[in-house]
Amino acid sequence: MDDLIIAGEKFASRLIMGTGGAPSLEVLDRALVASATELTTVAMRRLDPGARGSVLDVLKKRDIRVLPNTAGCFTAGEAVLTARLAREALDTNWVKLEVIADERTLLPDPIETFDAAERLVADGFVVLPYIGDDPALARRLEQAGCAAVMPLGAPIGSGLGIRNPHNIELIVEAAGVPVILDAGIGTASDAALAMELGCDAVLLATAVTRARDPELMAGAMRLAVESGRMARQAGRIPKRHHALASSPMD
Amino acid sequence: MKLTINGAAHEVPEGITVAQAVRELTEQTTGVAVAVNDEVVRRGAWESTALDEGDRVEVLTAVQGG
Repeated sequence: MDDLIIAGEKFASRLIMGTGGAPSLEVLDRALVASATELTTVAMRRLDPGARGSVLDVLKKRDIRVLPNTAGCFTAGEAVLTARLAREALDTNWVKLEVIADERTLLPDPIETFDAAERLVADGFVVLPYIGDDPALARRLEQAGCAAVMPLGAPIGSGLGIRNPHNIELIVEAAGVPVILDAGIGTASDAALAMELGCDAVLLATAVTRARDPELMAGAMRLAVESGRMARQAGRIPKRHHALASSPMD
Repeated sequence: MKLTINGAAHEVPEGITVAQAVRELTEQTTGVAVAVNDEVVRRGAWESTALDEGDRVEVLTAVQGG
């Protein structure tokens, strides 16, 4: 499989993992290894003096690059501060920008997201914004200097798959930066579809971490992303209304 | 004087530094970032930055998420 390139950095894996929802760090570790991911998100939270073990130790042991997110932020101001704290704590200027509109849907707020993206780009961040499946917003964020765009397939944790494949295709068609399908993946075929639609990568967490067997599902997702990428590059046949014989007729 | 560290009230000596406030919670210094009143204080400035009465100190680290 060809490399994924984001902001000049190469990744052999096109599966970006999240770490939320895993029942333990041991389970997470096995799932990360099975997924073969090279880039993995973490959230920033108040330090808990009683916490034992750290997700950072797992990522360090497996030599996986950390991608901090701004999950839990509702305003551009909160997201900018969280990104700056993540840069200080984790020595990375990469950020998955996530500004949520409300707790019920967890849908991204486009206005706050755009505002935060402009401020973070100006502050030297490599910004990967989580957005709705909106081609116009994706284009505006690319123009604002974002290093990738991350449209959702469906709401976070819903496992509903890709609700609007047509919009994802429109985003892919117009994008000059990587398109990373983020959120909504429920099972392997959803991840394969994202890649077949032309996405450059898939980011998922819940589908693996809350699966009955996270390690097995992580392996399934790895294969699905590879399959989808290969199928996209191979070029699928056009859909036809009627049959087309594959054996000679005469 | 009184400070808020990660949302909890703390009674601390006058002139306490950011570094000392962090040590109220943890001995850990890597993987940790600090904001005082919503402004990041770089790690290199922790020892030299004194806190004032009523400051809101946030000490953050990375956790599973996303």
